[in-house]
Amino acid sequence: MSREKILAAVAQNKPTLTPLPEIQNFGNPYANLVEQFKTVLTAIGGEVVYVKDWEEIRAYIQTHFGGRRIVTNIDPLADVAQESWIKSDPHSLEDVGLAILKGQFGVAENGSIWVTETEMGQRVTPFIAETLALVIQKSELVPKMHDAYVRIGGERYGFGAFIAGPSKTADIEQSLVLGAHGPKSMLAFLMD
Amino acid sequence: MNHADAAEKFNKDFDRTTWHDETLWWVRQKRDRAAFAIPEWEQLRETASQIKHNVLSNLDNYLIEFEKNAQKSGITVHWAADAHEHNQIVLSILKSQGVTEIVKSKSMLTEECHLNPYLTENGVEVIDTDLGERIVQLADEPPSHIVLPCIHWKKEEIGVLFHKHLGTPEGCADPVLLTHAARANLREKFLTRRVAITGVNFAVAETGEFVVCTNEGNADMGAHLADVHIACMGIEKIIPKREHLGVFLRLLTRSATGQPITTYSSHFGKPREGQQMHIVLVDNGRTVQLGREQFRNSLKCIRCGACMNTCPVYRRSGGHSYHNAVAGPIGAILAPNLDMTKNADLPFASTLCGSCSNVCPVKINIHEQLYEWRQVLTKSGHSPTAKTLSMKVMSAVLSNPTVYHLSGKIGRFAMANAPFVVNNSFNPWFKQREMPEPPKESFGEWYKKNRGEK
Repeated sequence: MSREKILAAVAQNKPTLTPLPEIQNFGNPYANLVEQFKTVLTAIGGEVVYVKDWEEIRAYIQTHFGGRRIVTNIDPLADVAQESWIKSDPHSLEDVGLAILKGQFGVAENGSIWVTETEMGQRVTPFIAETLALVIQKSELVPKMHDAYVRIGGERYGFGAFIAGPSKTADIEQSLVLGAHGPKSMLAFLMD
Repeated sequence: MNHADAAEKFNKDFDRTTWHDETLWWVRQKRDRAAFAIPEWEQLRETASQIKHNVLSNLDNYLIEFEKNAQKSGITVHWAADAHEHNQIVLSILKSQGVTEIVKSKSMLTEECHLNPYLTENGVEVIDTDLGERIVQLADEPPSHIVLPCIHWKKEEIGVLFHKHLGTPEGCADPVLLTHAARANLREKFLTRRVAITGVNFAVAETGEFVVCTNEGNADMGAHLADVHIACMGIEKIIPKREHLGVFLRLLTRSATGQPITTYSSHFGKPREGQQMHIVLVDNGRTVQLGREQFRNSLKCIRCGACMNTCPVYRRSGGHSYHNAVAGPIGAILAPNLDMTKNADLPFASTLCGSCSNVCPVKINIHEQLYEWRQVLTKSGHSPTAKTLSMKVMSAVLSNPTVYHLSGKIGRFAMANAPFVVNNSFNPWFKQREMPEPPKESFGEWYKKNRGEK
């Protein structure tokens, strides 16, 4: 059986055991995490909107996304979104114009936001929507990826992703195009 | 066709070669800007290298740990000794589903195993969903770069290809329109295919999860819409702990394209409700390479492509000249392990300048291994006959002073009086070069005349 064959070959050919290095944190080089996060996410094609409360998000959505199919699983925004979609066939989300989801926290060094299946409602939601909006608290920003994994710790999730900006490609002559297969635009609501 | 011949063919189009060279150098410069912005960059590289070293030294136990944890999460784990077994496993899963059409996101492993032609022969239609891979697939070509699969294609050519296959307007060469045409076409595939194959960037032993990084979101669109997700990975993709992802995700994309992180770094822990998730762990020569002390570090590779973007030979010869799924410097040290006879030319496709080793995020000593491979290949009789012969002649000349002095004289005489003897197409040094003016006398002769008698 190949399993035994492979494991035996590894055991025979592997070098002498060397220890794992200590993972250092390297500290926080950023004076202002919010500014850093905004600068990076904007540079990679995302948009950052500062808001005080859910009311401001609701107003923003009504102004910018009227007429689109909107889904969310955030209770305070339930009235701007429609119908129950969490139990539906993921394919039926094909025409979603805007998905608004909570993120757990953001990473200042790369503008990404950590979102797990629980916040996604359905795994495909943040990928299939034409625009993705993620909501995080301003206080929920960590400097770097090392801090991000400390924060995640041993959390058990079925699926989780760092999401940094809209879907994009530069496969045609290195010209950056937003909206490859996933969202054509992505915004992060940073709440006080 | 060996690398030198393929490179010569590539170089026939001077402007295109320059364009290819400059495009990749631009990517290399983006990498520099991203790396230099991180003060601890060198420590990160060292840490990553040490983690990978630990992985290689304990790989069997990590594989067992990964398998146990993945199974606990409801993921089916398969083991494949070689490319053929890998392909058979994938086909058998498709057959059990009664599926003949699938989507696939980028996976260099499946390229290495030639999965696409195998599935096609067995009546399965494979749609590559990464835009660059889709372009080369429509053109019936392999990718020429592991991160930028169609870096050798011009937008006008892609316009012609898309006009033929996707019905874009004739003469359209606008990257935005072309990309969105591919998006519309591929979205229909995502919505209708029941099985999705993805690659794996990292698999975590401690948790049994695996991470897939894309900018386009194609791996996620495929996996989250399909009833069955098959993830294919080489056994060296294992890392011990989740916290190690912090190190590798900081290095990977900065090294690859200069981005701070890919748009999506997706962590697959369990199949979603009602979904099947399979992982195929593939050896295909990796355990042999593990046993070659001077080459085992090549297994640390995280497939960022930085060594290609910086390589003066790769940039001016193109990925296809390496006739291997992984091109460039890293491909040239991985390929001889798979087939020494077929790939004996690749370690010679280098100036040994060392730039590859300098940019490698896991500190693989690539240029030293290229040099080592040359020795191994020559000793085992895999070097080209012409080279072996000329080396033997050279050795005879250099080991005999009389012959050496005489040859020098003949050489200087020939270059001065009968330049056609060296200035011809049989002499590779004459290609794209003027031969130097021959000196009137050798240093030995000069010394004897001016200093010898004093």
